[in-house]
Amino acid sequence: MAVTVSIPTILRTHTGGEKSVPAAGTTLSEVIDDLEANHGGLKQRLVKDGALHRFVNVYVNDEDVRFAGGLEAKVADGDNVTILPAVAGGSR
Amino acid sequence: MLTIRRDLVDALVAHARRDHPDEACGVIAGPDDGSDRPERFIPMLNAARSPTFYEFDSADLLRLYREMAANDEVPVVVYHSHTATEAYPSRTDVSYASEPFAHYVLVSTRDPREHELRSYRIVDGEITEEPIEVVESYRSADPGPGGAPEQ
Repeated sequence: MAVTVSIPTILRTHTGGEKSVPAAGTTLSEVIDDLEANHGGLKQRLVKDGALHRFVNVYVNDEDVRFAGGLEAKVADGDNVTILPAVAGGSR
Repeated sequence: MLTIRRDLVDALVAHARRDHPDEACGVIAGPDDGSDRPERFIPMLNAARSPTFYEFDSADLLRLYREMAANDEVPVVVYHSHTATEAYPSRTDVSYASEPFAHYVLVSTRDPREHELRSYRIVDGEITEEPIEVVESYRSADPGPGGAPEQ
């Protein structure tokens, strides 16, 4: 299953500057493992203690995977996976 | 150095005042051409609706980044307010900061009369404050290719 993964600016150091890269897998977890195989260092920016890092949002097409099974979210051939850093903060 | 038009600063401060005592947040997008020029003011909803935390709603975030990609824009400024403390990035702000080319602008609304506006780069967890130059228009601030200001 081939998908296209959009990479945010801050992670493009891992993809040689590419804004989007192809990857394969039937779940988000497999897609991330495939990304890691080709772009070492990405996985640890996305996954912590077996779950998606709270600083990143990942979408399959238009859906935030937090509401679709997290790392076990299903992906299908031709899907777009978008990685975006969360924009958040606060005075505490 | 952040060079920014006065009307954008006014809009940013007005947004922060309007949402006080909750934190206000948003982006000022600009062309993805290296000009580092904030142009399109985009106030965002603080999904946390909190006086001590802000967060872009995840669906809004996706829409925003798709829109900027379609327009060849980048987030030149990422702003938020502190409503009871100074305009300096907190540890939380630093841990989330992940736009290495953005100016992180903070406005404090703790004083009801005078706001405090400051700008920072936040890269790899390191905060660097920078001066803010407020201009009436970018044309007069930009000497242009000839190096001389237009008359």
